[in-house]
Amino acid sequence: MLAKIHITLKKDVLDPQGSVIANSLKSLGFEGVNDVRQGKYIEIKIDDDDKGAATKRLNEMCEKLLANLVIEDYSVEID
Amino acid sequence: MKSHVIVFPGSNCDRDIAVTIKNISDNTPEMVWHKETSIDTSDLIIVPGGFSYGDYLRCGAIASTSPIMKDIVKKANDGVPVIGICNGFQILIECSLLDGALMRNSSLSFICKDIFIKSKNTNSIFTKNTKIAKMPIAHNEGNYFVSSDQLKKIEDNDQIAFQYCDHNGNINDEANPNGSLKNIAGILNKKKNVLGMMPHPERAAEIILGCDDGKSIFKSFIN
Repeated sequence: MLAKIHITLKKDVLDPQGSVIANSLKSLGFEGVNDVRQGKYIEIKIDDDDKGAATKRLNEMCEKLLANLVIEDYSVEID
Repeated sequence: MKSHVIVFPGSNCDRDIAVTIKNISDNTPEMVWHKETSIDTSDLIIVPGGFSYGDYLRCGAIASTSPIMKDIVKKANDGVPVIGICNGFQILIECSLLDGALMRNSSLSFICKDIFIKSKNTNSIFTKNTKIAKMPIAHNEGNYFVSSDQLKKIEDNDQIAFQYCDHNGNINDEANPNGSLKNIAGILNKKKNVLGMMPHPERAAEIILGCDDGKSIFKSFIN
């Protein structure tokens, strides 16, 4: 199965890259852009028949390596 | 004194720090490749600066899973002095020996320049000989962050090692090069035997380099 993982900075952590992207979008004329948060997207092909067990392992991967929980949140989605 | 410098793929300050330690202590550190699984008895373990694993995923994240790190964590917990400089600081944070996180500089630029730091903690083996010192920083991810709860714990336990300041020792926004919370340039673990710092004392340890203030960090280790 294919896991799709999104990692973003926590809401209370400033995201200067996001702010710069928002300013650039505004300067291109895109209206209504209020807040941009940028992050990482990781795809993992994982051998597991059980979706629940796979999710548990993927959460563990995020917590041990893929995300830094001091500043980042993650979400795991399995196709 | 017996010291060890850990070498990762992408380390680039390993030889500089080895020269510094040799010059001040007359002992040549042993260079330890990160694939090793243990270190002999050590008086000082140094995790040097550089770009371990090309900063893939997050600075220091991949190096923190290297085989040697298990023994470093064990030795650190046993009280062996460990210092992580720049990327070494990022690695020590990633393996949870130190609290917080090092984010991208608030300016979004790589910063390479001389700065001043001042000791906040004044009694650890690393900080007690340094008051105000000049040395360079050279990093893209040195913006120290920690949650407000954790910051309180760090402050209460006197774990802030160094803060960025001006040449007179004033700690203010102008003297903060990278957006670090509370101008934090270096922190200690709870037991004060582990130090992580973004500035490079090894690049300011000989007058020929323009300044030797950096030597003060290692003064406790000179025989």
